[in-house]
Amino acid sequence: MHELAICQSLMSQVERIALEHEAQSVISIVIGMGPLSGVEAQHLKNAYSIASADTLAENAKLIIEFLPLRVKCNQCGSESDALPNKLVCKQCGDWRTRLISGDELLLMSVELAQT
Amino acid sequence: MCDTCGCNITDGNKSLIKPDGKLAKTESGKEAITVLHSLLHENDHTAKHNREHFDQHKVLAINLMSSPGAGKTALLEATIQMLGDDLKIAVIEGDLETENDAERIRKQGVEAIQIATGSACHLDAHMIHQALHHLELANVDIVFIENVGNLVCPASFDLGQHLNVILLSVPEGDDKPAKYPVMFRTASLVLISKSDLLPVLDDFNPDNAKRYLRDIASTAPVFELSAKNKSGMPHWLDWISQQVRKF
Ligand SMILES: Nc1nc2c(ncn2[C@@H]2O[C@H](COP(=O)(O)OP(=O)(O)OP(=O)(O)O)[C@@H](O)[C@H]2O)c(=O)[nH]1
Ligand SMILES: [Mg+2]
Ligand SMILES: [Zn+2]
Ligand SMILES: [Zn+2]
Ligand SMILES: [Zn+2]
Repeated sequence: MHELAICQSLMSQVERIALEHEAQSVISIVIGMGPLSGVEAQHLKNAYSIASADTLAENAKLIIEFLPLRVKCNQCGSESDALPNKLVCKQCGDWRTRLISGDELLLMSVELAQT
Repeated sequence: MCDTCGCNITDGNKSLIKPDGKLAKTESGKEAITVLHSLLHENDHTAKHNREHFDQHKVLAINLMSSPGAGKTALLEATIQMLGDDLKIAVIEGDLETENDAERIRKQGVEAIQIATGSACHLDAHMIHQALHHLELANVDIVFIENVGNLVCPASFDLGQHLNVILLSVPEGDDKPAKYPVMFRTASLVLISKSDLLPVLDDFNPDNAKRYLRDIASTAPVFELSAKNKSGMPHWLDWISQQVRKF
């Protein structure tokens, strides 16, 4: 399960930030992810509870923000919503589109406590 | 941390990070830090470093991905045999449990590095970096990286490769691109492998596979080939030579 590897990388980023800010603990962590991020939210949550043990973020809440899947058509230029396996233009039906949102996997913010 | 690596802001999250965006404040009054880094930040940096190693030595790096058993090692064996001395190849093997695949490649007279990490379900950039420091790149034209047989996990980890080749074998069914869009969207080229089985497994329709690929907005070319009876191999070898020339 690659979510565990990804969570371990997340925890090392979060701990580094907490140390830089001389925080005592982490209150919450906000992740932004799109449907084409390659990661399952539920797997990520499960992995998080393992990876966060014995870190400054042990009791931190993991908040996941789901980002929308949007494509821009290379032919007619319009933007539309899409599905992970249907990334065609809703306006003209052409398949030559470019993803403008939906493959992100981002650490967006962390909330720190000084006490 | 590095703020200039460009991994943080995309069109999708841009609107969320304006000064008054919803991330700027925190209700509790405690300290909230906006970060906006990829969760794979460290891997991506190592991948970039690997790419510099390859570029320095003018080596084209090709990442081979597929389900388990789709024919990656068999394709490499046939490729090495048919290319002869035209191009010098080295192989990084991600068969994590055994040395079998690396042994098969060495039998073809090509250097192969086995990545030994136990039971990971994907290769990552750090593993490739370690392997690179054991590989003599000086006279090599192409490094093939055989990733772990898996259509999910390897898609998330940039290794520093220049091109991704994905094998879709005939016994797997033609709808794999629709089921694994994240993986198939990374493809520079899709190979329908084990094409010798098309006459027996006639519910696999190569046109359907292509249609599913276009549905995920992939522009990757699709070739059919068989490492067993060698049909379609010349087309693949031409593609490789073309990529080396372009590189
Ligand atoms: N019919 C047929 N069988 C093939 C072909 N290529 C490979 N095979 C068979 O498929 C099986 C798996 O081939 P491998 O080359 O080991 O596949 P792989 O993708 O390297 O497998 P893993 O590394 O374990 O993921 C073997 O039994 C091969 O003989 C082909 O072109 N046609
Ligand atoms: Mg193999
Ligand atoms: Zn995995
Ligand atoms: Zn359009
Ligand atoms: Zn190095």
